[in-house]
Amino acid sequence: MRRTTSRLMRGIAVLSVLALGATACGGSDDSADKPVSAGDIDAALEKGGTVTVWAWEPTLKTVAADFQKKYPKVKINLVGERSGDKHYTALTNAISAEKGVPDVAQVEYFALSQYALTKGLSDLAPYGADKLKEKYTPGPWNAVNEGDAVFGLPMDSGPMAMFYNKKVFDKHKIAVPTTWDEYVEAARKLNKADPKSFIAADAGDAGGTTSMLWQAGSRPYKVDGTNVKVDFSDAGAKKYTDTWQPLIDEKLVAPINGWTDDWYKGLGDGTIATLVTGAWMPANFVTGVANASGDWRAAPMPQWTKGDKASAENGGSSLTLPTLGKNKELAYAFAEYANSGAGVKTRIDEGAFPATKAELESPEFQGKEFEYFGGQKANEIFAESAANVSSDWSYLPFQQYANSIFNDTVGKAYVSNTKLSEGLKSWQDASVKYGKEQGFTVE
Amino acid sequence: MTTLEPAVAADRPPGPRPPAKRNRRSWTGWGFIGPFVAVFALVFLAPIAYSIYLSLFRDQLIGGTQFVGLDNYTQALEDDRFWDSLIRVSLFLVVQVPIMLGIALLIALALDSGRLYGKDFFRITIFLPYAVPAVVATLMWGFMYGTRYGLVGDINDAFGVTLPDPLSADLVLASIGNIVTWEFVGYNMLIFYSALRVIPHSLYEAAEIDGAGQFRVITAIKLPAIRGALVIATIFSIIGSFQLFNEPNILRQLARNAITTDYTPNFYTYSLSFNGQQQNYSAAVAIIMGLITMVIAYIVQLRGMRKGA
Repeated sequence: MRRTTSRLMRGIAVLSVLALGATACGGSDDSADKPVSAGDIDAALEKGGTVTVWAWEPTLKTVAADFQKKYPKVKINLVGERSGDKHYTALTNAISAEKGVPDVAQVEYFALSQYALTKGLSDLAPYGADKLKEKYTPGPWNAVNEGDAVFGLPMDSGPMAMFYNKKVFDKHKIAVPTTWDEYVEAARKLNKADPKSFIAADAGDAGGTTSMLWQAGSRPYKVDGTNVKVDFSDAGAKKYTDTWQPLIDEKLVAPINGWTDDWYKGLGDGTIATLVTGAWMPANFVTGVANASGDWRAAPMPQWTKGDKASAENGGSSLTLPTLGKNKELAYAFAEYANSGAGVKTRIDEGAFPATKAELESPEFQGKEFEYFGGQKANEIFAESAANVSSDWSYLPFQQYANSIFNDTVGKAYVSNTKLSEGLKSWQDASVKYGKEQGFTVE
Repeated sequence: MTTLEPAVAADRPPGPRPPAKRNRRSWTGWGFIGPFVAVFALVFLAPIAYSIYLSLFRDQLIGGTQFVGLDNYTQALEDDRFWDSLIRVSLFLVVQVPIMLGIALLIALALDSGRLYGKDFFRITIFLPYAVPAVVATLMWGFMYGTRYGLVGDINDAFGVTLPDPLSADLVLASIGNIVTWEFVGYNMLIFYSALRVIPHSLYEAAEIDGAGQFRVITAIKLPAIRGALVIATIFSIIGSFQLFNEPNILRQLARNAITTDYTPNFYTYSLSFNGQQQNYSAAVAIIMGLITMVIAYIVQLRGMRKGA
């Protein structure tokens, strides 16, 4: 697999590994097929060793420290300066070079199937991960689980909610929308009342659009092994484009890209009135939009049919064990500790949004008052959203690439006369073309 | 570029050499050029050879790697995304390069005229942008282009006008051209200026005696004398245009819909490698682009030299 690139990448990977000082100790290479008993894992913890973890999740620092305190013979080597594309490029390179592969790697849900399909990740079911199903909410579990195999332990989740600037809504006496039709109406009223105020910032974001389609009931991606189907013409997708097209046509959404300076400023000064995104957002509000503390509130995501409770996931990631990693038992023990054991509480205390049912449903978690949201118990809304995520969504096994060309295709709808539905069609065509080039059977 | 230096063929007398002489041929010469050849081969020939080797394979997520011969090249020649990006940089070249070189030439002539007050100050100020790294320059301009919180937005607010958005799909290429012009006018000016400085003063004195005005001096003496510098600057600018990458790559953060991942040929190869893991196809596109650049630079050089003869 990937022989030609491996030579080029081997050098790069070796260099980066040296630079990072990631020293993978020699350990026993276990075949993952035979079940590993709890006793085996305990024995490995007793024996000790080093586990190299590639993850950018900030709360893992404390978790790693706690884990080492509990098991003094185990050393956790946390490498976390990369995130996003760079993280995946490094991981893909290490796997194809068969050198410097981490023992544990953070992988977002949308990128999991690509690694799983190319046998880059170990199946965790033999380690007992299959018995953890009931612990997690349906969205994240569905994302890590394929057939009988489990390719990662869910670390956090992003059940969606609508954050809105209450000050702006109050000022113009506009009701907070509960359906998407009301949302479009509110957008018109708001922009009429203040031409500098927009219902949302949207300059085309693949993650945002796929989550919207998810909630609308569209299932554009059907994946069965190497058979892939891409189709953006179902009823759910039509609902989405019919509603969203007027927002773009009438210039009711601000063309501001997420995570830019303009975006943070816009969230702070009333330019952007709502933000529909994952429940991991509050921590970013506190750090990035500190000046608007008290202005914002959380509400359930607007619905396609009044009275519904449909929701979707946005973002979220898992801890995985790359096939070529070492010290498998220790690696699994760490992932399990961080994402299912005592580490979960540590991470929630530091602001992570859990993927585990018990924590989501605990009175302590739900009762937490968010100072930023004016004392609102926002977790109640997020927990309800998490419970209502329909779990039959799947991403493409090459979603990373598909997302990278989203703005080349669907993005045209934001800057020209191209319609959103036409943009989705060209995204579909480009994804199909790439899938075929990569050897998938694509319809 | 290799095309810049015409190869000099070594003249060797034909016919076989005496065997005794061949035996005595020592390796001393190799000892001298060895270090150069080794470094040259390692940093120059090896990457090209490796790229060509890579471009003959195809690596798929499903199915792994296979030898495909020239398939990647035929695919690239039929690839609309590649040709569109090439047309885009060609348009950029045809418009931006004459403007940039024209401004640079004007400034160089003005500085050289000796009638400018504070000549050294002008020279250093105009050259200064070249010392700013392209990444920093683009970030800075990107901020100024902002219609919401940037300079353009501030002007709109202050004067109650609505300037066109420099980062819109229609204008972004011109905005990139503006950044590149700002960055490289000083550099080209310096090339022209130094060429102007070496023109012997006796020519100007002769012209004055003949009663030639300043304009005549420029067209009859200065411009012909710096033709070599003009050709070199043009070739550098052509290569620079074809290799356009930093500016679109950074501005893309602000204008993701206007600047596509195949905006310029270089950006396209980058996206193919790092987003699509298509290193093999990317290598083929890069080699085709390298050949096109070489051919065009060579044509310009031939034309420039022929006029000079």
